Amino acid sequence: MPDNSAIAHGEPEPAHQEHPPYLRHHFESAEQQADAAGFAMWVFLIQEVMFFGGLFTAYLIYRNWYYPAFVAGSHQLNVYWGTLNTLVLIVSSFTMAMGVWCAQTRRRGGLVLCLTLTFLLGLGFLGIKTIEYREKIEKHHVPGFHYSLQSFVDPQSDSEVHEWYPDDKPLSPDMARHTELYFSLYFLMTGMHALHMIVGIGILAFMILRARAGAYTSGHATYVLNFGLYWHFIDIVWIYLFALLYLISRHA
Amino acid sequence: MSGHNQLAHHIVGPRVYVVILFALLLGTGLTVWASFVDLGVWNPVIALAIATTKAVLVVLYFMHVRYSSKLTMLTVGAGIFMFLTLISLTLADYISRAWGNW
Repeated sequence: MPDNSAIAHGEPEPAHQEHPPYLRHHFESAEQQADAAGFAMWVFLIQEVMFFGGLFTAYLIYRNWYYPAFVAGSHQLNVYWGTLNTLVLIVSSFTMAMGVWCAQTRRRGGLVLCLTLTFLLGLGFLGIKTIEYREKIEKHHVPGFHYSLQSFVDPQSDSEVHEWYPDDKPLSPDMARHTELYFSLYFLMTGMHALHMIVGIGILAFMILRARAGAYTSGHATYVLNFGLYWHFIDIVWIYLFALLYLISRHA
Repeated sequence: MSGHNQLAHHIVGPRVYVVILFALLLGTGLTVWASFVDLGVWNPVIALAIATTKAVLVVLYFMHVRYSSKLTMLTVGAGIFMFLTLISLTLADYISRAWGNW
């Protein structure tokens, strides 16, 4: 019953009407509650779009300014690791979507399985990212005091990359310096993405424990649904990172 | 009462998810393949077009926007519009003021 009619007729509202245990009192119906939560989640995600969008814009502008340096920086990335990670993340998005379906159709076992697979694929992604990061650390391509221009002023000294890109010309020291900017943006963007993954993996672990106890399979799937939105959003960010960092500079 | 949530909200089934999964895998294969071919200025254009297609599929189906309320659609649309506006204005500024003077 809407609040205003209760007041108009002076009827005291029953202290505790019959309702599902998950329905908060300030919502009129479970549907309104789910809609409000979904709306809030989307507003949060749009704020995230703005955050990553700023980084993407910075990358776009600097790539145009210091084009040769950004191309040389990009050639240091291994497209196969990037592709593998893209596949891992897409499959994890699929298992997450299936998890939402399991929650909505009250399949407890299926939900636990899907969340566990998503959890493991998320860890797999971070594992592959670690391999890539370690390579950068070993070659002194992490911006800072120990940053090395070796691979860029003398490409032949970097035999592994030279084999992939035999036509790469040495950069002048002045331009080679700007590869550090490429790697700053690389670590900033992939690092922020990885941080989102770590947060997501933590929430997944929490959800797996709760799902085993049947928390999301009794008609209230909002939590799983909205976490799914977050996980798919991270997937979308990676789809763009993969294209911008790994793919677009291969033939420049 | 217990079924309220599910009656009101469209449940997207496994069949849709599987189709989208394969479309995304196909898109990934296509974009990696295209990156091995020298297409000049078209390389970035194709990579970003495929990425955007993949993102739209994820938003519409994995994130259910196609089956969502008008409020959700409007929220997503407004967000994307705002984002594109900010990017365009920023780029317009950079292109028209200091291009080539760095």
